[in-house]
Amino acid sequence: MEQFWAIAITIIAASTPLLIAAIGELVVERSGVLNLGVEGMMIVGAVAGFGATYVTGSYALGMLASMAAGSAMSMLFGFLTLTLLANQVATGLAITLLGIGLSSLLGQDLVGQPIAPLPNFHGINILIVFSFVLVGMVSWFLFRTRLGLKVRAVGDNHTSAHAMGFSVVGLRYACVAFGGACAGLAGGYLAIADTPQWVENMTAGRGWIALALVVFATWLPKRVVLGAYIFGTISILSFVVQTMALNLPSQLLSCTPYLVTIVALVVISRNKRVLRANTPACLGQAFVADR
Amino acid sequence: MKKLLISAAVAALALGGTSAHSADKLKACFVYLGAIGDMGWTYQHNVGVEQVKKELGDKVETVFVENVPEADAAGPIERLARDGCKIIFTTSFGFMEPTLQVAAKYPKVMFEHATGFKAGPNVSTYNAKFYQARYVEGVVAAKMSKTGTAGYIVSFPIPEVVMGINSFMLGAQSVNPNFKVKIVWANTWFDPGKEGDAAKVLFSQGADIIAQHTDSAAAITVAEQQGKLGFGQSSDQIKFGPHAQLTAAVDNWGPYYVRRIKEMLDGSYKSNVQVWDGMAEGTVAMAPFTNMPDDVKALAQKTFDDIKSGKLEPFTGPLTKQDGTTIGDKGKALAAGDILGMNWYVKGIDDKLPQ
Repeated sequence: MEQFWAIAITIIAASTPLLIAAIGELVVERSGVLNLGVEGMMIVGAVAGFGATYVTGSYALGMLASMAAGSAMSMLFGFLTLTLLANQVATGLAITLLGIGLSSLLGQDLVGQPIAPLPNFHGINILIVFSFVLVGMVSWFLFRTRLGLKVRAVGDNHTSAHAMGFSVVGLRYACVAFGGACAGLAGGYLAIADTPQWVENMTAGRGWIALALVVFATWLPKRVVLGAYIFGTISILSFVVQTMALNLPSQLLSCTPYLVTIVALVVISRNKRVLRANTPACLGQAFVADR
Repeated sequence: MKKLLISAAVAALALGGTSAHSADKLKACFVYLGAIGDMGWTYQHNVGVEQVKKELGDKVETVFVENVPEADAAGPIERLARDGCKIIFTTSFGFMEPTLQVAAKYPKVMFEHATGFKAGPNVSTYNAKFYQARYVEGVVAAKMSKTGTAGYIVSFPIPEVVMGINSFMLGAQSVNPNFKVKIVWANTWFDPGKEGDAAKVLFSQGADIIAQHTDSAAAITVAEQQGKLGFGQSSDQIKFGPHAQLTAAVDNWGPYYVRRIKEMLDGSYKSNVQVWDGMAEGTVAMAPFTNMPDDVKALAQKTFDDIKSGKLEPFTGPLTKQDGTTIGDKGKALAAGDILGMNWYVKGIDDKLPQ
């Protein structure tokens, strides 16, 4: 039983950063903006969160710092794509590269410095709890509030939304900032709670996984939770399988989280009507007000 | 016409001037797989480079390139060769083919490839007998483990990794013949999250000591959090595991780098050699033995001294392979070729080696 609980906790800890980053990106994409810079925002959040915690000793400040850093990166993205109307895909990739490089630069003096991990209750820490609250909040916001409806409208048809009087660019900026904060917090989680240290490139591609999860989950929060947890579960189980010496090739086991998550989400998303209803039709398109 | 002659003379002078200037300092370049901030493999190489700068700083200019992916290494290596590097050290197994490719194009530049096994007219390989340190770690693990099981997090099934596992197991078996090692292949040299997860899984499956052949300090951090024990990797990671780290194998590349560059400077450099230094030459060192009772510390120190002096060789025949066959003559060390090409497990390891 203890073993089961230990594995369960490890799964939850592995899935949480993916979940937080993906939920933030979900809101961004629902508003019609394709932000490929999640990895860059995540890693900047990691270095900022670690740095703040290391310097001040306060985890709260660390988490705030990681959210602020993520938001700042995403605001740069927002300015380039929403105001200057740069190509969203290219800008997102550039932000990722910038984030990785910037975090390495800023984190140079932090390497090798240990901090105590986030206090937890039998392995459950506050960020894990918060991740579920976050999903609930985003779900309620998008589907049960007027503002959420406006966000979805902007993502589906920004011309009509603009004609209705909604501030397309304003709403998008807000969503981008939120997405950045979430990605930053996910990075902060890695550096403060999961493996409390700063090492260059410590996010190791998790931002990309979160990005993919949003798409495969057809922009629905509950499916994002499912996707993140399937991925986390299979990742951890592939290690457990290895320790049982069943002689399955480890390279194959390494593929399984990706394969299983993709298959699971594709199977779930078979309903074409639901698919059409939830895909933000204006994803990635720049908005220029005609009138 | 006069103008042309004058400008040509100035150009020649300038070019002649620059090349004369660059002949003053030997340019030695280093290609790193990861970042100096990995606190492990690459960090230790850089520590070696710092020693070069300290001892030979007035005669040598050092340049390094970090985060070079193994798949795209040929570009950065070639750029270094073009930029006037006289000796280039490529510090990862995966740089083998790119190094040989670029070396063929630049026969006047000397290349040194770490942990590889292919040399060439202007390519040498250098390696360290890390497996010697693994043997000591195995001895300590078997002494300190209450469950008789250690967890071992590894990257890819290359001979260097396999010989490490085998040496660890042999060391452990010398204390406890029934010692068990649970192996997890992370399929990456560096991913702190994944390494940490692997460590958590291993601890939950009955291991209470962790060893690794991956590059971050995540596993020892997890060991510290869970009150378990572990070994640091490549560098002393005691800061991450003050109560968890027993010792660490420390890669001490400084003496080798200084030696080779000095040879370049005084003209005695010979290429196309395959160097395999170990504890005796000081290339493999161990972090202070901590978090263990004095008798274990004494045993560990004795084992270390015996290996260093040559009295004890971990791979001494006859060794029984996992499939039951034996290799090696009684009382004699295994041939270097057999060790460098090791692709089999010793008996007692339950894993199946990925091919």
